[in-house]
Amino acid sequence: MAETSPVRIDGVRDIVQRHGALPTRLLQILREIQDDLRWLPAEALDSVAEALGIAPDRVRRVAEFYAFLYTAPRGAYNILFSDNITDRMLGNRALLHALCARLGVGIGETRADGRVTVGTTSCTGMCDQGPAALVNGQAVTRLDAARIASIATLVEQQAPLEQWPRELFEVTSNIRRADILLGRHFADGAALRAVLKRGPAAILDELLKSGLRGQGGAGFKSAAKWRSCREASGAVKYVVCNADEGEPGTFKDRVLMQDFADLVFEGMTLCGRVMGARQGFVYLRGEYRYLLDALRDTLQRRREVGLLGTAILGEPDFNFDIEIHLGAGAYVCGEESALIESLEGKHGVPRIRPPFPTTHGYLNQPTVVNNVETFAAAAKIAVEGGDWFASRGTAESKGTKLLSLSGDCERPGIYEYPFGVTVRRVLEDCGARDAQGIQMAGPAGHMISAKLFDRRICFEDLATGGSFMVFDQQRDILDGIRNFTHFFVHESCGFCTPCRVGTVLMRDLVIKVHTGHGTRYDLEEMRTLGRIMQVACHCGLGQTAPNPVLDSLEQFPEAYERRLRSTAFEPAFDLNAALEEARRLTGRHDPGAYLNEEELLLGAMP
Amino acid sequence: MNEPRLKIATCSLAGCFGCHMSLLDLDERLFELAERIELDRSPLTDIKELGFCDIGLIEGGVCNAENVHVLLEFRARCKTLVAIGACALNGGVPALRNQFTLSDCLEESYLRGIGLVNAQIPSDPELPLLLNKVHPLHEIVRIDYFLPGCPPAADAIWTFISQLLSGQPPALSYTQIHYD
Repeated sequence: MAETSPVRIDGVRDIVQRHGALPTRLLQILREIQDDLRWLPAEALDSVAEALGIAPDRVRRVAEFYAFLYTAPRGAYNILFSDNITDRMLGNRALLHALCARLGVGIGETRADGRVTVGTTSCTGMCDQGPAALVNGQAVTRLDAARIASIATLVEQQAPLEQWPRELFEVTSNIRRADILLGRHFADGAALRAVLKRGPAAILDELLKSGLRGQGGAGFKSAAKWRSCREASGAVKYVVCNADEGEPGTFKDRVLMQDFADLVFEGMTLCGRVMGARQGFVYLRGEYRYLLDALRDTLQRRREVGLLGTAILGEPDFNFDIEIHLGAGAYVCGEESALIESLEGKHGVPRIRPPFPTTHGYLNQPTVVNNVETFAAAAKIAVEGGDWFASRGTAESKGTKLLSLSGDCERPGIYEYPFGVTVRRVLEDCGARDAQGIQMAGPAGHMISAKLFDRRICFEDLATGGSFMVFDQQRDILDGIRNFTHFFVHESCGFCTPCRVGTVLMRDLVIKVHTGHGTRYDLEEMRTLGRIMQVACHCGLGQTAPNPVLDSLEQFPEAYERRLRSTAFEPAFDLNAALEEARRLTGRHDPGAYLNEEELLLGAMP
Repeated sequence: MNEPRLKIATCSLAGCFGCHMSLLDLDERLFELAERIELDRSPLTDIKELGFCDIGLIEGGVCNAENVHVLLEFRARCKTLVAIGACALNGGVPALRNQFTLSDCLEESYLRGIGLVNAQIPSDPELPLLLNKVHPLHEIVRIDYFLPGCPPAADAIWTFISQLLSGQPPALSYTQIHYD
């Protein structure tokens, strides 16, 4: 086949050399090879292993781990529909079927002529402008019947992606409410001037006073993390910005990277100065690849004006640079130790902690991993002071939080609130008049019903990384739960059994109830399974995976109960239909060739 | 007067009777067991009609319509139903056919086999009709307890039954259900 000809394999060696033959660049190398070849043939993988001097198995494991790396041929156009519940609410399934029908291809399949592959993927972070999709890795938004027709025509005409109408790829920021982070002007370089003038210790004090906590959702005190890393022994230290915003329903980091990249880079550079690091990485989720060129331009501009690179602001010993590492579709890489593994060019499986990244992070060196929003806030705090930031928020949660609003509301988008805002206030502001429930902090977070709408968003009450998906009274809560259980099955990294097997069992139980085969016994099974997963899984992914089911059993019992059968137990499948193939093969139609449900029950009764 | 004995029924569905053999491996403990229980329907008694029982022990998975009838009958008439052995728990060896279609399996055996004369797929109504897949018991009925093993060791069966008979919730030590 043309794809695997010797000439193309030479191209593989060029790509490896361009990355300095560094095994840490493995994921980036594979991405670039795939850009050339559309997929990763075994010959290419072996060639990479040889050029990097690492085991072929390690290369193959990486190639097979990430959702956006393909070890089988894909179409020239690779179209992946975002399949979050918010996309479903906006009608993505009908559009998916419509496109497949127009192109004559099945879901998840590549057309025989190799022109196009159509499939689904986890949430692409466009929940406020869905239904969304990725076409050859580029984000497409606001899909409707007309856009689907247009895409089908472009594919049939074999139009190069650069010639597709620009409006298909338009991503808007939709900032609906700005507070101190998004609302106030920030002069580039102000935070770096502040740290040069006042010294790292003074900046750490401001950070401590500010009370800033990790905005990814975990809420670890940023000052403590930075200080611990600053004091850790290690010749080389690293700053990592976690922009692997994979939690379905979250898109605030996308907006920060799109509109406030300077502020984020400034926060990272500040962190580098405070803890004595010279290298920073942004781990950008693969779904946000459309931002890559602009972000690299921004980095280059900052180097040119002396805010990045060597001798920053003319200070000879202030050297710090940032490299962008692109992910390839793995939710688990949002967990910081899995993210570091991925940065090192490995498949992203969480490490056993402790030791924590602050002492043993990237390449086992002290590393600060913070969320995009945390770096942005840190830059502002360096300029405006800790007291200024701490004047907003609650006792334990200082400052503001960016919320990503989506689902059933009139004005989806980004809302910045001081910590402590009530759920009810948020719902009023975004025009959610008829909310039945909220999935807070994504599928891994918590589902809350109307009786909890007076609770407050802060670490003391409802902690969140920012996802806020609204379900109105017309929605079936169980549709959402079923969608979330599919998500966790797909995203489990497979390393530990309670998660790998537990997510599948949970999904099957939810489907059983959702399709009307469930009994009370199955609900009890879900609770038992959920409790096992919470304590037995290796990392946060598996430990939180049962949350949507456990919460909704508690908050929305009627969503389950109205579907239950009154019997003690029901099979999850149709017994009589399971005999159909044998009936056809034997031509039998005697009474023994059927399993009639009512007769079965009567027959079994004594 | 003797205290009333608990009634136990056993059967093998899509299994190999290996779990029943392991039950017989109780050896001299069978005498003690015989004093404490009364056997109802079981391959050991040849009683055809299942009565009301306290405990039902089932080996084997569910591969055909007859298995479904027997399993539902056990569920309806046994207070406590126990799945014993790998096939009952997971489908086991019979479930290896699940990766092929039923047509492929039957055609391979009855139409394409070597030396067949007058090849045909058996269609006698006396024969139970096969389900398209082999299922573990818990996919068809509610199961109260699971005893893993291929087969479970006689010691494990003894511990398990003794605990059930004495009214304790069964709990086996790791070594009794550890097989690798």
